[in-house]
Amino acid sequence: MGLEFYTSRVGDAINWARKYSLFQYPFVTACCGMEFMALWGPKYDVARFGAEFPRFSPRQADLLMIVGTITERQAPVLKRIYDQMTEPKWAVAFGVCASTGGFYQNYSTTPGADQIIPIDVYIPGCPPRPEQVLDGLMMLQDKIQDKRGYVQKRLYRDHLAATGQTAPDLSAAEAASQKIKVVR
Amino acid sequence: MSQRLLDRAHAVFGPRIVSSHAFHGDETIVVEGTDIHDVLSTLRADAEAKLDFLVDLTAVDHYGREPRFEVVYHLRSMATGERLRVKAEVPDTDDGTEPSIATICDLWKCADWMEREVFDMFGIKFTGHPDLRRILLYEEFIGYPLRKDYPKEKRQPLVRRDPNT
Repeated sequence: MGLEFYTSRVGDAINWARKYSLFQYPFVTACCGMEFMALWGPKYDVARFGAEFPRFSPRQADLLMIVGTITERQAPVLKRIYDQMTEPKWAVAFGVCASTGGFYQNYSTTPGADQIIPIDVYIPGCPPRPEQVLDGLMMLQDKIQDKRGYVQKRLYRDHLAATGQTAPDLSAAEAASQKIKVVR
Repeated sequence: MSQRLLDRAHAVFGPRIVSSHAFHGDETIVVEGTDIHDVLSTLRADAEAKLDFLVDLTAVDHYGREPRFEVVYHLRSMATGERLRVKAEVPDTDDGTEPSIATICDLWKCADWMEREVFDMFGIKFTGHPDLRRILLYEEFIGYPLRKDYPKEKRQPLVRRDPNT
């Protein structure tokens, strides 16, 4: 199946499989890694969400976990890792440093990993509680299921452009899905 | 905790010591930057001081004061456990070139990377250093970030994403 966008129920089934088998690439650079380990431990147990399997090769991963501060000198490495990942792929900024640069406001720190690569879910906190991370992971799973991931949307746009279609108006459906999220 | 070392330094160097002070057991002598290699090698070889270990090497930018820079050497005696801090005054230059001071890599091999870091952050040149280039920042970086006149929020990114893609 070459296309990454499916309009049928098959697409829903594939995205369901994707969201429960996220292979993470842990890009762990700083102290947030401690809390990240707690996330994997028996108490919080990220395995319950099917995301426990770390892949230390970006080619086998579909979720990039950016855990910790990104410095300007490190930014090209992060971009390269992200570019090496196969599509569809998602990225999560774990902690306030990866999200915005945090309290580092200086010459050496990148003000947020989204300056380098597109981010799907931002998890604030210094460091975030494991519960927050699980919440962020569930938000990402919702995004994957609803085809709202950054790369998913781009692949969809490319598919429409390649086949000469116009995008259907999904604003009503998106508003409905937002309502569902608030209830959750 | 070493008034003895301070007295010894005064006895050895006399008027070459610009100033000195002792604060809660931290003894410090201040010397001219041009003197530093001679002073440190003397302190290292001196039979009474025996300051044979270089603990740290760093610098301070006293922006707006003359001389502007201070290179700070922390010495320790492995024999007696006493410490002495030596500060070297380095004036800024008028013609935009980097200020300079003699390297002490020939006395302590470990000064190599510490001098590179000082060069990286403050732009102080260590004449005679075997391999003086940036150690923490990247080659493309312009300026010296720990100088007080470096803009606080200036960024020099190596890579940025095009937000439209």
